[in-house]
Amino acid sequence: MSAKVTGAARYTDDIVLPRMACGRILRAPHARARIRAIDVSRALATPGVLAVITGRDLETKYGILPWTEDEHALALEQTSYVGEGVAALAAIDEPSARAGLAAIAVDYEVLPAVLDPEEALAHPEIKVNPSAREGNVSKHVDLSFGDVEGAFANADVVIEEEYRFESNTHAALEPHCAIGDADFDGNLTLYSSTQVPHYLHRALAKVLGLGAERIRVIQPAVGGGFGGKSEPFDLELCAAKLALLARRPVKIRYSREEVFYAHRGRHAMKMRFRTAAARDGKLLAVQSKLLIDGGARSSFGVVTTYYSGQLLAAPYHLPAYAFNATRVFTNKPACGPKRGHGSVQPRFAFECQLDELADCLELDPIELRRRNALGSEVTTINGQAIGSNGFRECLDAVERASGWREKFRKLPFGRGVGVAGSTYISGTAYPIYPNEMPQSAVIVKLDRSGQVVITSGVSDIGQGADAMLARIVAKELGCSLDAIRVHSGDTELCPVDLGAYSSRVTMMAGNAAIEACASLKERLGDIGSDFAGAVQRAEAKFGTLVGVGGYRTKKLGGDYRGGSIGASPAYSFTAHVAEVEVDARTGFVHVTKIWVAHDCGRAINRTAVAGQMEGSAAMGFGEALFESHAFHANGVHRGPNLLDYKLATTLDSPELEALIVECPDPAGPHGAKEAGEGPLHPSIPAIANAIYDAVGVRLRALPFSPERVLAALKGRKS
Amino acid sequence: MRRRLCVLTVNGERHERAIAPAATLLEVLREDLGLTGSKRGCDGGECGACTVLVDGEPVLSCLTLALAVEGRAITTIEGVSTDGELHPVQRAFEEQGAVQCGFCTPGMVLSAKALLARNREPSREEVRLALSGNLCRCTGYGRIVDAVQLAAKRMRT
Repeated sequence: MSAKVTGAARYTDDIVLPRMACGRILRAPHARARIRAIDVSRALATPGVLAVITGRDLETKYGILPWTEDEHALALEQTSYVGEGVAALAAIDEPSARAGLAAIAVDYEVLPAVLDPEEALAHPEIKVNPSAREGNVSKHVDLSFGDVEGAFANADVVIEEEYRFESNTHAALEPHCAIGDADFDGNLTLYSSTQVPHYLHRALAKVLGLGAERIRVIQPAVGGGFGGKSEPFDLELCAAKLALLARRPVKIRYSREEVFYAHRGRHAMKMRFRTAAARDGKLLAVQSKLLIDGGARSSFGVVTTYYSGQLLAAPYHLPAYAFNATRVFTNKPACGPKRGHGSVQPRFAFECQLDELADCLELDPIELRRRNALGSEVTTINGQAIGSNGFRECLDAVERASGWREKFRKLPFGRGVGVAGSTYISGTAYPIYPNEMPQSAVIVKLDRSGQVVITSGVSDIGQGADAMLARIVAKELGCSLDAIRVHSGDTELCPVDLGAYSSRVTMMAGNAAIEACASLKERLGDIGSDFAGAVQRAEAKFGTLVGVGGYRTKKLGGDYRGGSIGASPAYSFTAHVAEVEVDARTGFVHVTKIWVAHDCGRAINRTAVAGQMEGSAAMGFGEALFESHAFHANGVHRGPNLLDYKLATTLDSPELEALIVECPDPAGPHGAKEAGEGPLHPSIPAIANAIYDAVGVRLRALPFSPERVLAALKGRKS
Repeated sequence: MRRRLCVLTVNGERHERAIAPAATLLEVLREDLGLTGSKRGCDGGECGACTVLVDGEPVLSCLTLALAVEGRAITTIEGVSTDGELHPVQRAFEEQGAVQCGFCTPGMVLSAKALLARNREPSREEVRLALSGNLCRCTGYGRIVDAVQLAAKRMRT
């Protein structure tokens, strides 16, 4: 930990290798174009340029999901969004690299493009993604559970509204960076700021046509991910290829602008929600129709499309539920997984709808949520097995801490409180590529010095995965934390872990660590007060002490196509209350405080759990008020920098109060569930509902900018 | 343009380097002096991750020409702890959970250190104002403000 406060922590861009060259990628300036020809001869002749590649050098398609491999490291015949890579080079230094890029001549035939999903559906002849099977449809899911139509026919009250969620992006502070380094025999080491070293390893082998056993992926310290580094990117493949060609290390680092064009962030969604309820507030049915703007590539889009419906079946009991979701390709950078993947947008819509329902029935919105709470050890209408469930406790905690009863509908005009709830997965039921092998593995080695060495493929991207493993192992073995060293994020030295996504790391690696300790504990026997002594006795008796553990989810989820998507070993639960001040003259919304209650199962590291809860809530807050990943009509980003793309500063950010709720889950390591994604969800609807409490207008489109608030206030007056 | 021979004083050490007129302080620190604790998050003065102190005042090293700070006392994150002891701000950041990914931390620590040098007892609002040029994407800032206040308290006693 000290390494991060002293500047000693080494991130990928901090690594300098002998003879390292500078790599750069040339990017397309058009939203859609055919590449007639690329002439790299002048670039190759530029002094200092070592190697130049185009799409022809990396022809093999890849993609994070094996069913939708639709990406090339560099475009082949067609470019599909502004910023798509078309050529790359390595040069002895940055000025030579820039000169080389300027000397590459690309002959484009500019083609018509579609940037809006409705337009894309209306114009299937403008094919955004040549791999799409049908027009510009990326994925369509239509699932129905229970008697939805019957429930609507018998409802006392039906609320129906349309909601819009604008795209936003991760904006991790560390720009993506990769270094390729090939030895004389052609073995490759790739350093990357990735969240998924294992999947990157596989993609490198596939695209480079190099045996996986000859590739090593090293993940140095990562400066934040939030889902934005969860799949292979062009810079990793290009740095590797250029290093092999130039026979020297090549570093490619995205500029901040390139990070915005790499994107893979939150999908824009247009959502129609209908909710049927009885007079007493009991939910009878929910039905949604979602149009999802996917950008030009599939990314995790199949999963996103399922998640947009599948993750809404808790924390409320839904007797009937249907969703119809369509992800559409548009000529923009691909959207992908951002913290709370797929479910943040529909959660916003639905939790706002619940607030409207409570208002209509003159019920307190917390009471409405209590009445519909699902409870523990139940199966949802779509077949998800809920284990522990602390949702009611979360509602109680935020109600109490926020002084809800003294505030709701009682504050003066311009001030208000709002509530919202949510649930999230603790890992997925399946690996991304189907296989029977462990999803996570941990090796624990005990040394006669008393040192405990943990190796695991986990990806610590700032969320504290390494510390989590150390704490679990310390508790299992009864040793001090100081005795433990964690080595992670290296595909050569560490056993496989699938990566930091889907809030899976604590659940899976934590369980693997417990299993790794089991046989060691047996051999150690009673350790007494002298841990090193106990290790020496055991080592004398049993030989070298190594424990190995793995984790694989059992079969989970409903017995239907897509039934395993959204199925998780355990579910976390969250409730927020947000308090706001709205200036009715300017439309400016000031969020003064968010109370965040989260059922994380068991908190293995309370500081880290609270940090995840606060960080998630803050990220949701920023999405609610400021962030907009939007494009001009020509496909150019409206502000690909950290001034125009507004990240909340210390001055904008609300006070945050983390209320940890512990309902241990039998599936989790020491009862733990996730804490890193769930607590983002309720921020946005809680703020929207608080704005309604403050000034009486419903905001159904993000972000809640002064313009939108003013327009809503104006609409109410007329 | 021709490089110029120049002496930079960083963390009390004198470094003589030939520096291009257009080179930023961040480039020289990271690439010529190997001081990679100062981070590059944007290249445009937007994120504050490159914050260093020049004569005790926080500056954005990505917007500062290296030649412009010749003869001035430059402090980077590598120069904040002394004799193997963490500075109170660094220790408080660790203890309060003010560090997650750590990429903003060097800049945050330096901005906080500069604040505490001129204001021994800052209010939460004063801390927020002093750190408003340093973006953090992980924490939501609350724990960072807590940490600066804790450090201030310890430095007063």
